[in-house]
Amino acid sequence: MTEVLDFKPAVTQAQDVLTIRDLKAYYVNDMFGVRREVRAVDGISLTVRRNEVYGIAGESSSGKTSLIKTLAGAIRPPMRVVDGSVNFSFGDTHIDVYAEPEKMKAARWQNLSYIMQGSMSVLNPVRRIKHAFNDFAFRHMGLDRRAFRQRVESHLQKLGLDPNVLEAFPHQLSGGMRQRVTIALATVCEPEFIIADEPTTALDVLVQQDVLGLLKEVQARLGSSVVFVTHDMSVHAAITDRLAIMYAGRLAEEGPTQAMFDNPQHPYTAHLIASLPRIGDVSTRKSLAGKPPSLANPPSGCRFHPRCPIAIDRCSKEVPEMLPSAIGGRVACFRAGEVAVK
Amino acid sequence: MFKVLRDLLRYNREFLFGSLLIAIILAVVVASYFAPYDEMMTYAVIPDMPPGSEYWLGTNSRGQDMFWQLAASMRNTLIFGIVVALISRVIAIAVGLISGYVGGKTDQAIMAFNDTLGALPNIPILLLLVFVLRDQMTWPVLALTAALLGWTHDSRLIRSVALSLRTREFTRHAAFSGMRTTQILLREHLPYVMPIVFFTTMNNLIWAIGLEVTLSILGFSDINRPTIGGMIYWANAHSAMVAGIWWWIAVPMVAVVMLFIGLFLLAMSVNEYIDPRSRLARMGA
Amino acid sequence: MNGFLIYVAKRFGQLVFVVVTGVTLAFLIAHFSPVDPVEQTLSLVTSFGATDPRSVEILRQSLRELYGTEGSLIEQYFLFWGRVLRGDFGPSLSAFPTPVMTIIGRALPWTIGLLTLATLIAWVVGNTLGAIAGYFRNSRAMKVVGLFVMALQPIPTYISGLTLLIIFGFLWPVLPISGGAQLNLEPGMTWAYISSVIQYGTLPALTLVLVGIGGWFISMRSLVSNIVTDDHVVYAELGGVPSRTVFSQYVARNAMLPQVTGLALSLGNVFGGAVIVEFIFNYPGIGKLMVAGIYAGDYSLVLGVTTFSVIAVAVAVFLIDITYPLIDPRVKLG
Ligand SMILES: Nc1ncnc2c1ncn2[C@@H]1O[C@H](COP(=O)(O)OP(=O)(O)OP(=O)(O)O)[C@@H](O)[C@H]1O
Ligand code: SF4
Ligand SMILES: [Mg+2]
Repeated sequence: MTEVLDFKPAVTQAQDVLTIRDLKAYYVNDMFGVRREVRAVDGISLTVRRNEVYGIAGESSSGKTSLIKTLAGAIRPPMRVVDGSVNFSFGDTHIDVYAEPEKMKAARWQNLSYIMQGSMSVLNPVRRIKHAFNDFAFRHMGLDRRAFRQRVESHLQKLGLDPNVLEAFPHQLSGGMRQRVTIALATVCEPEFIIADEPTTALDVLVQQDVLGLLKEVQARLGSSVVFVTHDMSVHAAITDRLAIMYAGRLAEEGPTQAMFDNPQHPYTAHLIASLPRIGDVSTRKSLAGKPPSLANPPSGCRFHPRCPIAIDRCSKEVPEMLPSAIGGRVACFRAGEVAVK
Repeated sequence: MFKVLRDLLRYNREFLFGSLLIAIILAVVVASYFAPYDEMMTYAVIPDMPPGSEYWLGTNSRGQDMFWQLAASMRNTLIFGIVVALISRVIAIAVGLISGYVGGKTDQAIMAFNDTLGALPNIPILLLLVFVLRDQMTWPVLALTAALLGWTHDSRLIRSVALSLRTREFTRHAAFSGMRTTQILLREHLPYVMPIVFFTTMNNLIWAIGLEVTLSILGFSDINRPTIGGMIYWANAHSAMVAGIWWWIAVPMVAVVMLFIGLFLLAMSVNEYIDPRSRLARMGA
Repeated sequence: MNGFLIYVAKRFGQLVFVVVTGVTLAFLIAHFSPVDPVEQTLSLVTSFGATDPRSVEILRQSLRELYGTEGSLIEQYFLFWGRVLRGDFGPSLSAFPTPVMTIIGRALPWTIGLLTLATLIAWVVGNTLGAIAGYFRNSRAMKVVGLFVMALQPIPTYISGLTLLIIFGFLWPVLPISGGAQLNLEPGMTWAYISSVIQYGTLPALTLVLVGIGGWFISMRSLVSNIVTDDHVVYAELGGVPSRTVFSQYVARNAMLPQVTGLALSLGNVFGGAVIVEFIFNYPGIGKLMVAGIYAGDYSLVLGVTTFSVIAVAVAVFLIDITYPLIDPRVKLG
């Protein structure tokens, strides 16, 4: 794969904070002589720019969490990075995540922070919230204890949290409060790069609005980049600048969010957008025929072909490449642009 | 079942080694049925002979061939352990399945009783019983008592699985189609708990045999009936170590260690096979 | 604080429940035994020489009162409770007329000292090694330790005890193998006496430690290797929190919680192990007392020691249980 750089949209290198090249990460299960591979991330390349919110969408089990765990260097057995590279550029610091783990470690929370899926359980149940701030952030702030505490308190207040939560244990906080605390934790060091995996999925709609607004506001103020993962397309419409659609461990399409909603190039994107509820629309939306693909034994050719309404012969034999699309993004489909949005 | 066994033997060194140890012990047990003289007999052979070509494991001061003594003891001790394990399995499965299936207040009451029984220290109670029963404390009585004391831990494990089965689709289905509760428990739920039952059986065997050996060493069992603990009891009574007849005490000790390590390895590897999380840990990295 | 009180109240209820069950069980075993303690004692006394029938009859009467074998079952049961609550188990027969409770009182410090020390050492060492082995799964040294412990774990108390006895009593006799302290020393806070107690206690304690360590090691290792994949640990590592902090505050602290409960649950077995260790090393504690009582046919001593140890174990379990909220805020704060 030497031509990986070809797809790049017309953006100067200096703007790219994150560059992923042909990344492959599998869950490998080797037990009693039977090897089973789940190809959760199977050849993905993308870049994320400074000061943008980059969305990743896709149905459950399409590999969204696996992808961002891999790019954050957060993999654990049985997951393995099989191929490809992940590079961050923070100012003059360039980090190859899998070649330079020490550099990556130094950058954590200083330059890059992470909001995990299921933030309900990411806080240590036996320690107070203030200890989490001490452990994660104190090193990076260059402040003495008192100044640090004041800084954290004012940061919490900006996010609508009572500074008293610092003295609480996680189980004493409501789900929404805990989610805010994790956002505060991820933003207190003002990092250039924030990764958020379904930060709002477990919350009820009102709290969800709050948390989204919060995240967007923090991002805008810091001018940082955010990778935002959710399967909820309406959230993407509201918050992301660019959007990538994942299907069965691969990218189906990527492009400016607004343009993609207006004019999706990939039939799967079109399906996701069409299945969004719209005010005044009473017709029942039809769901995709067929089963979601197995990542242990994915379909040949275009992985979407068994369910694709416009599939042709070629689709089951050849793998479509990610190529520039008509709307200024990229798309992997032999019949790109041939879908009409209803 | 057969495939699981083959896989375990092939890919799990602990299981292989454990099976090997147990196989040796079973071979010795089988040999006990071909003993040349009655196992209760004393002064059947020349006393105090060290291990050698004539007497593989030597002879003791009571004129018994250590090999045949060991074979009979191993058999008796194992039978004791198996009887305890079987009886306590029946109780543990019944209590666990019923408590888990019924759920609610009844389940809580059963478990409260379960935990109370489990919290009582076994040895003092057994010793009191041994004391009052004296000669009436034959090995079947002891086995029954041990079984009555040794099921509480396992029934709790079984119950936790049964509790999760209760809400499953097939249970509702079976109940709806008019299956009787006992039928549901035996046909639908029992197969699910069998792996844990197997695992706990190993642990229970270890516990029961340990109990028997403890009481025998103290001289609180029928000391004329050969058992592993009884062998150690007699060796102690004759101050075998002081007299320099080290094999008298070494033989039962090594045998019991082999037996326990064998059972323990089997239990560990089976547990690992059941629990996917420890499978991951095993893969390491 | 409210959550804590509710928790303690619940545990206390359990304690009462266990004690009542244990005492009742002891009473029933003693009551329905085919052996009549009065007749047994009488035959023991009369076997020392001819006694005239009238004084035997008087003795029988007073023994009946002593053992509480008069009246209906219910009356006897409550009589028994009265004696348990007063701590009065009558005089020991083998050390007549010393009260059973006095004998227990003499033996108690030995057992408590031995068990507390050995159990704590085994728990701390086993859990520490297990946590390290679980966290640094690829460390060679920990794999060797793990193998060693795995081989040690299934070996029962009496085998470890006898092995130590043989090694340090016969092959390389450097440590005392029988008794609690040197006999010719006056018990007291003197250096000579204390060092003697430590020397005599080494082998019994070592046996219990060797027997106990394996279980803690293995369960802690598997707890830790599960906890390291928990979200809050993964998150801390992602956050660049120093490994030492992650290990101690995120992994070990959480893995410790079930081990405290486990400690409480294990006490019954630990006590069983103590009986055999005290027997092997002739250690002057409760366990040896129980065995000696059985050998001597001392009814009141055996019943007293049994009842007492059931209660003592239950109380110890309770004491450990109520420290649990101190380390788990979820219980303390409800
Ligand atoms: N530890 C694991 N071992 C094996 N397979 C795994 C493991 N974790 C995840 N997978 C598989 O990897 C695939 C991708 O999972 P992933 O969690 O990345 O999906 P996702 O898009 O984030 O889904 P969701 O929207 O539900 O969060 C799934 O098929 C899943 O079953
Ligand atoms: S490549 Fe073929 S199957 Fe795949 S999305 Fe396009 S049309 Fe459908
Ligand atoms: Mg996910």
